Amino acid sequence: MNDLLVAEGVSKSFGDFTALNNFSLSIPQQSIFGLLGPNGAGKTTFIRIINQITMPDTGRVILDGEPLQPHHIEYIGYLPEERGLYKSMKVGEQVLYLAQLKGLSKQEAKKRLQYWFDRLEIGDWWNKKIQELSKGMAQKIQFIVTVLHRPKLLIFDEPFSGFDPVNANLIKDEILQLREDGATILFSTHRMESVEELCDSMALIHKSNKILDGKVSQLKQQFKTNEYQVAIKTNQEDYFLQEVKQKFDVLPPNFHSIHDDLRLNVKISEKHQSNELLSFLMNHGEVNHFVEVIPSVNDIFIKTIKDHA
Amino acid sequence: MRNLKLIIRREYLARVRNKTFVVMTFLSPIIMVGMIALIAYLSSLNNDEKRIVGIHDQANLFADEFTDDDEVTYLNFSELPLEQAIDSVDKKEYYGLLFIPENSDRTYLANHIEFFSKDAPSNSYISGIEQKIANKLTNRNLVENGVDLTKLADSKTKVALQIETFSGEQTSKMATYIKMFFGGAAGYLLMMFIIIYGNMVMRSVIEEKTNRIIEIIISSVKPMHLMLGKILGTSFAGITQFLIWIFLGGILLVGVSAFLGLEVQPPEVSQQAMEQASNGEIQKIITDIVSLPLLKLIICFLFYFIGGYFLYSSIYAAIGAAVDSETDTQQFMFPIIIPLMLGIYVGFFSVIENPHGIVSTIFSFIPLTSPVVMLMRIPFGVPLWEILLSMLTLVISIFLVTLIAAKIYRVGILMYGKKPTYKEMYKWLKY
Repeated sequence: MNDLLVAEGVSKSFGDFTALNNFSLSIPQQSIFGLLGPNGAGKTTFIRIINQITMPDTGRVILDGEPLQPHHIEYIGYLPEERGLYKSMKVGEQVLYLAQLKGLSKQEAKKRLQYWFDRLEIGDWWNKKIQELSKGMAQKIQFIVTVLHRPKLLIFDEPFSGFDPVNANLIKDEILQLREDGATILFSTHRMESVEELCDSMALIHKSNKILDGKVSQLKQQFKTNEYQVAIKTNQEDYFLQEVKQKFDVLPPNFHSIHDDLRLNVKISEKHQSNELLSFLMNHGEVNHFVEVIPSVNDIFIKTIKDHA
Repeated sequence: MRNLKLIIRREYLARVRNKTFVVMTFLSPIIMVGMIALIAYLSSLNNDEKRIVGIHDQANLFADEFTDDDEVTYLNFSELPLEQAIDSVDKKEYYGLLFIPENSDRTYLANHIEFFSKDAPSNSYISGIEQKIANKLTNRNLVENGVDLTKLADSKTKVALQIETFSGEQTSKMATYIKMFFGGAAGYLLMMFIIIYGNMVMRSVIEEKTNRIIEIIISSVKPMHLMLGKILGTSFAGITQFLIWIFLGGILLVGVSAFLGLEVQPPEVSQQAMEQASNGEIQKIITDIVSLPLLKLIICFLFYFIGGYFLYSSIYAAIGAAVDSETDTQQFMFPIIIPLMLGIYVGFFSVIENPHGIVSTIFSFIPLTSPVVMLMRIPFGVPLWEILLSMLTLVISIFLVTLIAAKIYRVGILMYGKKPTYKEMYKWLKY
């Protein structure tokens, strides 16, 4: 079995409102999977179905080869977007309680907590109450609670909200390490740059339907526009511009250069090779900058949503 | 099961360690006993005030009746004319002046004795005077008609009707009071318990919602387990608190009453008990208590107590799940408080008057009122089939209500920012 989590034709509606419509998805083992979508698209509903908080109307979810069952909660770690802790409970007690609810024994939970508290350098918080901690500190505790029982599947819903850049980076490294250690991670977010950095695959949900999914690299390939950023030093600018506009599509530049060059974006048609453009440019002057424009996840997101509007 | 235990433990500890809970646990008995002591003290103060009353009785008709005692001192103003007597009583700020006209016609006297005072005199004092005068006049009449007063006193008979049920069980008026006391106390206790700890369940649900920890928990345990754990954990905390209250309250009450030298008597029932006891019937009270079907009482008490508490606290839990903050709960309190109050009122007015009347019987079958009303009826002896039927309806409705409540709970805990209405909650049932 190559995929840790497979959803097959999952639908869920609340009254008249359809939250998920015939939704299918496969998440490969030991990968980071980004679940993207505008607000209200159905991401949280899908995540809640995996966590068996909500039951799907139709369809099924398969975890590690087995249809989802109540005991699977031990294999899942979930950090919800709406997260909090008991304010008046002590940190240590609270984490122990939550770990035990996930099926760990008290001793085992204590041992692992020691490790994590040392690792995130929060050992002296054990007897503090949550209300004495800052939001970022509480987020660290929640992160520990999510990963403590070493789940096969980790679900992070907006994991970086509330963290300062230093701690966000710390958590990002931890997430990457967890993947190295064998965990599969489902990652729901609005922050495109973190998807860019972390995710191997992604899916896009829009208005209850999946409208896109696949490996991030493949999607980028699929969405590339054959556009190149060009900076060139030439003596006959007017003549060059005339020539280049004749052969290719020229767009306004979207980059900066440290040279005092002529900057432009050039789009070549499907039948041309990039080399043709390059040799054409070299004939007209000194090429200082030549880069293919690779669509960012953000571009893909916006373009796809627009196409489906 | 393991998770349920963990939840119960956490809920229990969270309640018991709560500062307000601790303070209330130890403060409430002190406040209660303090209040009882204060009231007892104040009323004793009131009684200590000695009244001075002038008496204007020229014919000296009632010299024997109006003599000084602990509460009243009588001063004789018969020498003065009436107006002067009134004036001087008024000036000296005495309590009042009793004027007895110089007339030996008893029918005239009965309606022409007057009491003058600055303010309206206390009813009990006036009744006392009236009683004394009436006794004197009646006795005079009797003597005049040739009745020997000593013989009359001798021939007075006190009757105690022996009451027996058809099946031969001995009972008495005293026993009825005892039954009323047991039933009333049980019903009242249940109502208090439901209101205090049902509310606590509700607040704890709201707390989890506003803390936003709910989704983390719900991804590990079933909502049903969480709800049950909350209800059970809170009820254990409640039982702990109740036991401490009873224990502390008992000690304090004994201590304070010894200290103040007061006899603290709960009204009515124990006064009756005193009266009966003074007739050497303490023995009888004990046999009455023992002859109550104690085992049946205890079993039924536990059953209705647990059942009633479960029924109501799952409604409380559902309400807590449906709202975002405690201020939104007001509109939903109504359907909880009304049946509880109804139960208590039916209990105190209808059951005590006629334990097996149609009203009491009907209300002891309706699930929301049956725990309170049936608890009050049971000491009077309810046929087994009625108890079983009432228990059955209660169990069925607990089952249904818990199911519905769990459904509302399951959906509600994850809903934020929606104004909860009955219509909305009805929709949740279908999710």
